[in-house]
Amino acid sequence: MNSQIAAILTIDGIASGAIYVLIAIGFVLIFAVTRIIFVPFGDVTAFTALTLASLEGKQLPGTIGMVAVLAALATLMEIFGLWRADELKRIPRALFFYLVLPLAPAAVIWLTSGTLLPAAARIVLTVAVILPIAPLLNRIVYRPIADSTVLVLLIVSVALHFALSGLGLLFFGPEGVRTESLIDYTAIIAGTPVSGQAMLIVASAIFFSFLLYLFFNYTLYGKALYATSINRTGARLMGIRPQQSGTIAFLVGSLMAAASGILIAPVNTIFYDSGFIIGLKAFVGAIIGGMVSFPVTAIGSAFVGILESFAAFLSSQFKEVIVFSVLIPVLLWRSYTLVHAEEEDDE
Amino acid sequence: MSPRTVTTVGALATLALLTAPLFLAPFTVTLLNYIGVYSFVALGLVLLTGTAGMVSFGQASFMGVAAYATAWTTSVMGYSPWLGLLLALVATCTVAAILGAVTLRLGGHFLSLSTIAWGLALYFSFGNIPGLGAHDGISKVPAVSIFGHELVESGQIFYLIWGMLLLAMLLIRNLLDSRVGRALRALRGGNALVESFGVNAMQIRLATFVVAALLTAISGWLYAHLNRFVSPTPFDVTASIIFLMMAMIGGSGYLLGAVVGATLITLLKNYIQDLLPLIAPGASGQLEIVVFATLFIVFLQHARNGIIPFIAQWIPEPVRGRPEQAGPLPRQAKPATGTKLMSIDAINRRFGGLVAVNDVSFDVHAGEILALIGPNGAGKTTMFNMITGALPPSGGRVTFAEKNITGARAFRIADAGVARTFQHAKLRPKMTLLDNVLLGAYGRTKAGFFSGALRLDRAEERRARHEAMKQLDRVGLGDRPYELAGNLPLGNQRLLEIARALAADPILLVLDEPAAGLRRQEKLALADLLRTLRQEGQTILLVEHDMDFVMGLVNRIVVMDFGCKLCEGTPETVRADTRVQEAYLGGVA
Amino acid sequence: MALLSIEDVCVSYGKAEAVRHVSLKVERGQIVTVIGPNGAGKTSLLTTAIGMIPSTGVIKCDGQDITRLDTESRVEMGFCLVPERRELFAEMSVHDNLRLGAYSRRDGKAAIQQSMDEVFARFPRLKERLSQHAGTLSGGERQMLALGRALMAKPKLLMLDEPSLGLAPLITREIFRIIASLRELGVSILLIEQNARAALETADFGYVMEVGEIVHSGPAATLIDDPRLISTYLGGGAD
Repeated sequence: MNSQIAAILTIDGIASGAIYVLIAIGFVLIFAVTRIIFVPFGDVTAFTALTLASLEGKQLPGTIGMVAVLAALATLMEIFGLWRADELKRIPRALFFYLVLPLAPAAVIWLTSGTLLPAAARIVLTVAVILPIAPLLNRIVYRPIADSTVLVLLIVSVALHFALSGLGLLFFGPEGVRTESLIDYTAIIAGTPVSGQAMLIVASAIFFSFLLYLFFNYTLYGKALYATSINRTGARLMGIRPQQSGTIAFLVGSLMAAASGILIAPVNTIFYDSGFIIGLKAFVGAIIGGMVSFPVTAIGSAFVGILESFAAFLSSQFKEVIVFSVLIPVLLWRSYTLVHAEEEDDE
Repeated sequence: MSPRTVTTVGALATLALLTAPLFLAPFTVTLLNYIGVYSFVALGLVLLTGTAGMVSFGQASFMGVAAYATAWTTSVMGYSPWLGLLLALVATCTVAAILGAVTLRLGGHFLSLSTIAWGLALYFSFGNIPGLGAHDGISKVPAVSIFGHELVESGQIFYLIWGMLLLAMLLIRNLLDSRVGRALRALRGGNALVESFGVNAMQIRLATFVVAALLTAISGWLYAHLNRFVSPTPFDVTASIIFLMMAMIGGSGYLLGAVVGATLITLLKNYIQDLLPLIAPGASGQLEIVVFATLFIVFLQHARNGIIPFIAQWIPEPVRGRPEQAGPLPRQAKPATGTKLMSIDAINRRFGGLVAVNDVSFDVHAGEILALIGPNGAGKTTMFNMITGALPPSGGRVTFAEKNITGARAFRIADAGVARTFQHAKLRPKMTLLDNVLLGAYGRTKAGFFSGALRLDRAEERRARHEAMKQLDRVGLGDRPYELAGNLPLGNQRLLEIARALAADPILLVLDEPAAGLRRQEKLALADLLRTLRQEGQTILLVEHDMDFVMGLVNRIVVMDFGCKLCEGTPETVRADTRVQEAYLGGVA
Repeated sequence: MALLSIEDVCVSYGKAEAVRHVSLKVERGQIVTVIGPNGAGKTSLLTTAIGMIPSTGVIKCDGQDITRLDTESRVEMGFCLVPERRELFAEMSVHDNLRLGAYSRRDGKAAIQQSMDEVFARFPRLKERLSQHAGTLSGGERQMLALGRALMAKPKLLMLDEPSLGLAPLITREIFRIIASLRELGVSILLIEQNARAALETADFGYVMEVGEIVHSGPAATLIDDPRLISTYLGGGAD
């Protein structure tokens, strides 16, 4: 390997690392606020890419069916809950938030199907139709067991991933997709070609991280979310509802996942089940950050991207084995540096 | 149902199982074979997840290691399947021990996440190593032969599978009822308790992890020789979650639950495979996992206890007599009354900028009751945690029985002869009173995993049970030794903790606020008990808030306030000290 | 009608009963204290009053049954609990802690800023530490921040769990002076204390709890001289 190849591999790695950064930060955000390790997060990324590709091909994306099913389920559960609690007057509100709002972008896509919209509109619509998925899943799957231990929530998450990826096949079919490039531009920096797409990915990762920073530091909801993540009891005593914080966390996290999906779609061929591996690699980054620190998570994810890029060069067959095996020394290091409270909540 | 009916049902079930291949169709027997094979993995998970509280998403990959090990030995290298079994066990055990040693230190979800990662790493390895047939796998795996008879027919290997399964269940049952098994059952709910009576929690966790992997290895070996072909697909994360589902649906924590769960899921899978192509031709493979995952989520949301506990409520409790008389357990040599037993020298502890304990020194003499008192927030609990090893001091020195124990881990200090209770009684609510007290005797007994599983520990076990019963009687809880600890009112929970500490035959007994939450009568009874213990030569250090309780009871008092030692002396001197009155009663000047 | 009325409330953890058939009342503008030894069930009582743990019996606010309301709704109604562990947001600044104290208020920026100024007037030390993380404060400052954060909610009923815990006498005195001064704001207070004398000197009415039950009650001024209380609770040496 010469320095030229090393430079190309590094740039390649940083670009895919930047995508993992977006997903990993979403993971940490959702975990910190809700204690849910949202394994299906990678699936959201994959579904975004698939949706964008469908819109590009002037097809009706499978996302519409998926969102419709989830919204219907969530609405039914919500109405049943309100009926049981004898709070029928809140039903219109529930209908709006669980049925009308999530289905609005889907309706727009449905109405405009058959016409090729401009690229920006496609991206906006894709993000808008993807956003409700995770919050709806939160309502349907996690809220009934919100008080469970992290471990039970994790088992549920893993099961949910398999359910989703199965549904992914049903709604999107088995073909892989790759969308057209967002930018056709290649710069030569110090003799090494750097694609515009790579620069866009890194710039987006920085942009969204900064956006998140602003959200946490300068908005009341952001502060409430942060407060929930550092002290749930304290937050509840201030009247901050963990359920509401959870929904916001899932929404903001989904935005990150959707962004990563848009960015990865022109670079990698994405299948209905690609999300799991992408998500898990981001996870390795999140674990490096101890599932708490955003900056260390970002550095960790970039490291995973670079490692993957070099591993693929050395042995494309064992690329995944190398990346996941690296987790073991990382965990060993973490086990000595992380002080975690005793889990006394099992019994 | 009477106990007699239960026995009859059990006997009939065993008989039905033994004769099953004679009257069932070969296809059904094959199904039963797979159920048996999967039951091993589920059994491992019952131990790992249900009992010890560690969730693994990597069991299928362990099964894969074993299956590949034996397939390679037999099909590629041409050796006997029995050598394959040996290699499968060794390979799985090695992989599990290495992965366990690295990741088990991590608690809870980090461990589980890491199992996904190494599960995937192993899975990708299977599919990419050319020597293992890469994605095509290894075919032509020979059948197992016993004394020259090849077990080719499903009705033949059936006996091997179910025979081994029943044996494994018996051994695990024995194990759980032994010294190590009790410690294992107590792991769930945190390490602080188990370490307080001398259990190296990490060691037990690792051993449990390896035992679960060994069960999985047997499953992988049987699978390879039943299926006669191995490929990577059956060992991916999907398979692991299905195994977890088997263990939990049956009733995690119940050995029989493993078999019930494996049966149910395997039959269901079979049924769904027949049904789905009719509903959705073309996509049935993927829909299958959707159905399973959805069922699992609904199960976790609504019926997490599983099937066995649901059935168990109809089955009568076995009638268990009081533990029989037996010889005494070995006792520790106690220092002579009046000698210096523990000395605490300028110990301190900081939390960030806060100084919780500031250069406190005092001695504990053998045979006395010493009280460490002070208002809430004075640093008593921090002090207590440093003495018992729950918290390392920032500076200073603790000497116990002429050994420096400063900053030693809790289980080492317990080994040295210090037994403690907890301010918020720590018990295992789903274990019986007797089992809770037996936990205390851990350090005085020796039986390990093997002697426990093989029942070589019975003589020692009888002595331990007799001792535990004696301590239960002594604190006045001897009338219902098989009651679950969770059913006790608060006052009795504290007494149970004291019985557990006494079962360790400690040189020093350390009690954390034993009188808190007790009624007046209960306090008097507790004081009487402590006096009796002192008469028998027991040294006691008690941390208390309740001045009234300690005044008439103890020999000496050390008073703490704001992390410092305020004064030290007999109850009379302490009572007369104006600083103490001020600290206790406060007052608005 | 009492601001808070707890009627025949029981709290249990599994089979262990922490609070047994307790009834008590806090009238508008009153400071009521519950004293008792460790493990008497005082904290459980407060925790159930704010709706963090379930109980049997009835809890009413101004005559309205709130037993089934969740914690957040009770906070919106004007209940505020400062728990024993303070539960500050350690990695957030003093300012953000105070701002979140007003989370449930919907009366605009200016009103919230005014409350914050009032808090600074009461606790000048907090103003000096405004951008510092709550986790870096000293014990006394933390308690002040916890109180300040609670006042930011403009509560009708303030519930304090052991506000003097772990504090030096001088600071304890200061905290109690502040608690007494809150009476002027029209805030009703339910105060749980170990420091019996200081609590009774501050309060209008007192309850004594032991092993989950109320064993004595009466006007604070009477209780403080009650010989039974001195011998059983304050300990034999309190004469």
